[in-house]
Amino acid sequence: MSGSGAKAGNGAAAMPSAAALVLVDGSVFEGEHLGTRHEQGFASGEVVFNTGLTGYQEVVTDPSYAGQIITFTYPHIGNYGVTAADSQSSGVFCRGVVIRDLARRHSNWRAEDSLEAFLVERGLSGIGGVDTRRLTRLLRDTGALVGAFGPLEGNNAVTIEALKAAASIEPGTDGIDLVATVSTTDSYMAGSGERRIVALDFGIKKNIVEQLSRLGTVHVVPASTSAAEIMSMRPDGVFLSNGPGDPTEVGYAVETVAELLGQVPIFGICLGHQILSLALGGSIVKLPFGHHGANHPVRDNTTGEIEITSQNHNFAVDAASVADRAELTHINLNDGVCEGIRLKDGSAFSVQHHPEASPGPHDSIYLFERFSELMTDFKPIRITSGEGAG
Amino acid sequence: MKGRAEMPKRTDLTSILVIGSGPIVIGQACEFDYSGTQACRALREEGFRVVLANSNPATIMTDPDFADATYIEPLTLETLTRIIAEERPDALLPTLGGQTALNLSMELVEAGVLAEYEVELIGADAEAIATAEDRQRFKEAMVEIGLSVPRSGVAHTMAEADEIVIEIGLPVVIRPAYILGGRGTGIAHTVEEFSKAASDGLAASPISEILIEESIAGWKEFELEVMRDNADNQVIICSIENVDPMGVHTGDSITVAPIQTLSDVEYQVMRDAAFACLRRVGVETGGSNVQFAIHPDDGRMVVIEMNPRVSRSSALASKATGFPIAKIAARLAVGYTLDEIPNDITRATPSSFEPVIDYVVTKIPRWTFEKFPGTSGVLGTSMQSVGEVMALGRTFPESLQKACRSLELGQAGLNATAAEMRFDELSDDELRERLPKGTPDRLFEIESALRRGFSVDELYELSKVDRWFLDQMARISEERLALEGRSATSLGRAEWRRAKQLGFSDEQLAYVLDGADEDEIRRLRSEHGVTPTFKAVDTCAAEFEASTPYHYSTYEDECEVVEGTAPRIMILGSGPNRIGQGIEFDYCCVHASFALSDAGFETVMVNCNPETVSTDYDTSDRLYFEPITYEDVMNIVEVEKPIGIIVSLGGQTPLKLADRLPAELILGTPPSSIDIAEDRDQWADLCERADIPQPPGGTATSVDQALEVAGRVGYPALVRPSYVLGGRAMELVYNDEDLTAAMAAMAVGGSLGREGGLSAERPVLIDRFLESATEVDVDALRDSTGTCVIGGIMEHVEEAGVHSGDSACVLPPPNLSAEVCERLSAYACKIAAELDVVGLINVQFAVRDDEVFVIEANPRASRTVPFVAKATGRPLAKMAARIMAGSTLDELEAEGFVLEVSDSRFYSVKEAVLPFNRFPNTDALLGPEMRSTGEVMGIDVSPGLAFIKAQIGAGMVLPIHESGCIFMSLADRDKAGGLEAAQQLWDLGHTFVATAGTAAMLQEHGIEVLQVIDRLDQGGVNAVDLIEAGKVSLVVNTPRGRGARADGSYIRIAAGQHNVPLLTTVAAAKAAAKGMSELRHAPYTVRSLQAVHGRA
Repeated sequence: MSGSGAKAGNGAAAMPSAAALVLVDGSVFEGEHLGTRHEQGFASGEVVFNTGLTGYQEVVTDPSYAGQIITFTYPHIGNYGVTAADSQSSGVFCRGVVIRDLARRHSNWRAEDSLEAFLVERGLSGIGGVDTRRLTRLLRDTGALVGAFGPLEGNNAVTIEALKAAASIEPGTDGIDLVATVSTTDSYMAGSGERRIVALDFGIKKNIVEQLSRLGTVHVVPASTSAAEIMSMRPDGVFLSNGPGDPTEVGYAVETVAELLGQVPIFGICLGHQILSLALGGSIVKLPFGHHGANHPVRDNTTGEIEITSQNHNFAVDAASVADRAELTHINLNDGVCEGIRLKDGSAFSVQHHPEASPGPHDSIYLFERFSELMTDFKPIRITSGEGAG
Repeated sequence: MKGRAEMPKRTDLTSILVIGSGPIVIGQACEFDYSGTQACRALREEGFRVVLANSNPATIMTDPDFADATYIEPLTLETLTRIIAEERPDALLPTLGGQTALNLSMELVEAGVLAEYEVELIGADAEAIATAEDRQRFKEAMVEIGLSVPRSGVAHTMAEADEIVIEIGLPVVIRPAYILGGRGTGIAHTVEEFSKAASDGLAASPISEILIEESIAGWKEFELEVMRDNADNQVIICSIENVDPMGVHTGDSITVAPIQTLSDVEYQVMRDAAFACLRRVGVETGGSNVQFAIHPDDGRMVVIEMNPRVSRSSALASKATGFPIAKIAARLAVGYTLDEIPNDITRATPSSFEPVIDYVVTKIPRWTFEKFPGTSGVLGTSMQSVGEVMALGRTFPESLQKACRSLELGQAGLNATAAEMRFDELSDDELRERLPKGTPDRLFEIESALRRGFSVDELYELSKVDRWFLDQMARISEERLALEGRSATSLGRAEWRRAKQLGFSDEQLAYVLDGADEDEIRRLRSEHGVTPTFKAVDTCAAEFEASTPYHYSTYEDECEVVEGTAPRIMILGSGPNRIGQGIEFDYCCVHASFALSDAGFETVMVNCNPETVSTDYDTSDRLYFEPITYEDVMNIVEVEKPIGIIVSLGGQTPLKLADRLPAELILGTPPSSIDIAEDRDQWADLCERADIPQPPGGTATSVDQALEVAGRVGYPALVRPSYVLGGRAMELVYNDEDLTAAMAAMAVGGSLGREGGLSAERPVLIDRFLESATEVDVDALRDSTGTCVIGGIMEHVEEAGVHSGDSACVLPPPNLSAEVCERLSAYACKIAAELDVVGLINVQFAVRDDEVFVIEANPRASRTVPFVAKATGRPLAKMAARIMAGSTLDELEAEGFVLEVSDSRFYSVKEAVLPFNRFPNTDALLGPEMRSTGEVMGIDVSPGLAFIKAQIGAGMVLPIHESGCIFMSLADRDKAGGLEAAQQLWDLGHTFVATAGTAAMLQEHGIEVLQVIDRLDQGGVNAVDLIEAGKVSLVVNTPRGRGARADGSYIRIAAGQHNVPLLTTVAAAKAAAKGMSELRHAPYTVRSLQAVHGRA
């Protein structure tokens, strides 16, 4: 099996339709339409970028990108096709993709389909042929901007003016509880083993579930699950997942975590890290540029080790705001931003970056082991009800 | 443990020895000048005393400014031992001078020298080097950590080899141990092929050891560039995918960064494996590369090899990403950790990150098979290319086309130029037959096949080039077909942009579209607003602001070039290394950049060779990594608006553009002077006017004309095309028959056609050849006020007729009278004045019986400039650059530049290094066509000693300390001169074997001959047998003229294959005998350049 694209190589494809991406600041990017043609003619959202050289499928299927249009800075996207095993979720959460050059033919033995077919299958559209570096430089300097894109020709075509209008009314990701849109509605289980881990799903990636299930039986529960419900499951540990958007919009989850603190070992990743920090009374800051790639150096202050990490966040924890209750365990060496904390009593820890990778380096995978050790060593510090663990 | 080291910089070290890579050879080119230069600079910035050893005078690293003590001495155990005894360094950094430095460091360890003088090996220890270099140990180490490797076995004898191959099964790959660049490596599909490859490999390996491996030819090939610090932090700097599948040496493969066809899942597994590999091998700090192969159908990944040192790929990776691997490796070796070293480009971030790029980088090697008749031109597992180009584009098609036109092989891109006819003429079946073999032409043949409708799948089956790459090439073919025959005026903005984004040059578009030449195409597309935008190389895909102006062109929305603050001067580099144009010109360009920067200009470097110092982002104020073509250079001129352009320091590459660039911008000697020097009639007029004798000659554009000229000037005659460098296709002819053959060779398209061909504008030059004359090179500098100073007078060892680039030369000239030297100087300055030279000029003379004839003049920097600079202690290239930018020699003198140097008590010899060991079936004869890849220098108190040092530096293992058996076979005309050499060697106690005529001559003069050797066809004991049996320690064999292969060629080939020193001219034999004799009486000494020039 060659696993290569089915499309015949040499036949010139039909001329693509011109398309445009318009940002709320009025910037216009020319390109060509890719993927689904939406009935309303356009897609809109917050435009962000990712600098990874590989891993487009994992990024597109990562629920953390809910409400966002993802710009890939690497120009060739789609080269190795897509394969079901690499998807990080089964839903559709991002709003579209901006690409410099979509592969018209992919080539890799693992490939099951092309990226474009995958986009269509998930009802996603994109814009290709864009000067993505110009767009990235703009986003780097101004922060994420909302925008809209769509085809200027063919079925359901739109005009630049219509895109401008769409961009101006696009709410973006501020002030919206995006978690509610991505979290599972029903609990489900994964893995096996005596140990019981409850994972609060704020937009959990499939590989996190896989990594946790190596440690025991994982119960993935909706973000709205209460502390009491969680504790009633007698967990050996609680996991706070990654997820999209502004952590201050998920006050209910912050309250849940605040209640759980001290009762059960807690490990959080990304949004889960921010929610833990808020539960500790900390505050969140919006970063000037955000971190959007798979090449960020992070130092684990507890060991001095440096790990290259996968990151995707615009918000970060103000380490000073939690200093009374937690120590700073991980920092980003590029800009000193807080990448991880640990409660002084040792009962909970969290990181901003993605130890599960997918995509990205495996350097931080040890954090799951650390969670495992914590679950083994944990002695409850606070028991608020009769249902305390252990 | 990973993490941060307790102490950053080591304070227990004061002085560090760095070993360079020696002469440029195939497999080891100027990438190690780049890495060594970076390392020396970094170590000195850290306050260490740097001691440098390198035999190559053309390098920038051997400039006395880059080290505290610079030893241009042979890179041998003996020499290094003396340098260590003299300098007593605390540490030796072995990982920046290629395989040469690594091997030499291992020899120093094994001989106990490092232990005796308490020198610590930093960067990689002996154990790590041995683990990585010994294939069996490496393989065992990889298996031990759970990585997969090709099945294999190690053999030391043919019997062992046969046993192993029965177990593994054919096809197999045979690799000799401890060999750089894969020399001696071969693939065997049949038992016969196997026997030959195995015995060749056993002979080539210095320890008679070969690895026999399961063939993974056709698998996908990848490479990761890794950095590791002493706290076990590891990062990947760059990932590379080979377009050519396994089976073609990676140095001969077209490669692309980053990896294009691996999913993140696969890539991360490879990344983990690379880290595990470095950890297991035990590379303490620095850069290494790890090569992998992946089966295209099931993804099985095997580790191929790793280099525990900076490599050619590291240079490519540094240029591709902007991450300075060598500089960082040097800092890591002295104790820093990655997080303690800032990233120069962003300045805001540390070096402990993984660069990401938002463009595609393509490298294409450059070969020179046309210079080595008898080679197949088929690529294999032994590297054969002499240089490479790199190009950046936003997409693979764009970068591929830019790389194609950077090669300067008459291709303005991927075909779509007249040069494609060669491939289009092939039938479909011929293409099918050729495509499975890696060759320099395969890329262009693939395009031809795509254009005529071959499917990507069929081409994949034929070539095993991944379908993704083939499909991307098909985009180029399809675009070209869509545009073909259309009127250039009919294209709209979107169409122009689309074509330019796919990398089409204006020249290609002029070829494909109707009704417009290149200039018209430029005008039309510009009218539609389709002009290049320049993007920056920033290591981070724009995630952070970057401050280093390192640019490439593409066709996008936004141009990132920031306006300069000082007047800017553009320096055009020399493009890919090739024979005749190499590192010497990069040296000149880099020096110009330094000098002009010091003088307050902003320098703008343009070049496309990733191995060079010139393409280091901190060499010039701005770097444009671009093809050196009219279109690409003008694009930069338009955005940078320089006050001047320097075209005369980069060899022929920039010079060829001089006529078309805006005349008012060309600095220094006017381009018209070059035409005068190249144009036979104008040149003859000039010589006559200046009253300078020249050998009789004429020009011809046809065979008849040529015969007419030869009839007039007489034989022997020298025949050469105009406007080529390195004596391309130059021949010495003795009769009408020779001349007719030479003319025919030049008239056919072939290899010469790519660089010029025969035409009215480019006639063939025919000159009377002066037999037994001494050839002399003179380099001079002249300023705009007419002041002229002589840089150096070099007397060639080989007589006229051997290309000056292949000839050894001595400075100052030992055998020329003061009067002749004065006349040479006066002529050179007179010619410089006649040619209105502002800058450098090189003039070649022939001297016979105190008569001086001028042969040719080149009003530009010559190959000898760095050698002269090292020999005389004057930075000629820097001075030339300043002169071109308007300074006078008087002003330079006032600034402290030394114009005239007094006679030194030292002699310097430059010797050429030839690549015959790579082309074992080519006769190792010197001739008018240049074939050397590099050079070495020997400095000593007498010409003989300096010559011997140069010979040792060039790799000759002469019988110096003990007496040996010398095989001598001389042409009749060489017998008198040969006797002189033989006498000296006889007095030293050597014994002789000789062919009948030579033996008779020797015996007649009282030299005993042990054995008279038969001709090969006589069936008795012949020279080849003796050489193969290891009974000969020196071969002196001079050619008897042209024609079918005579015994001589077999003897010379055998000597080359068995590493027996070979002298093919009587002049060299005499010089060597003299030096060997002197060395018996004088101690072997080493001196730093600083000591030689009284600066120590």
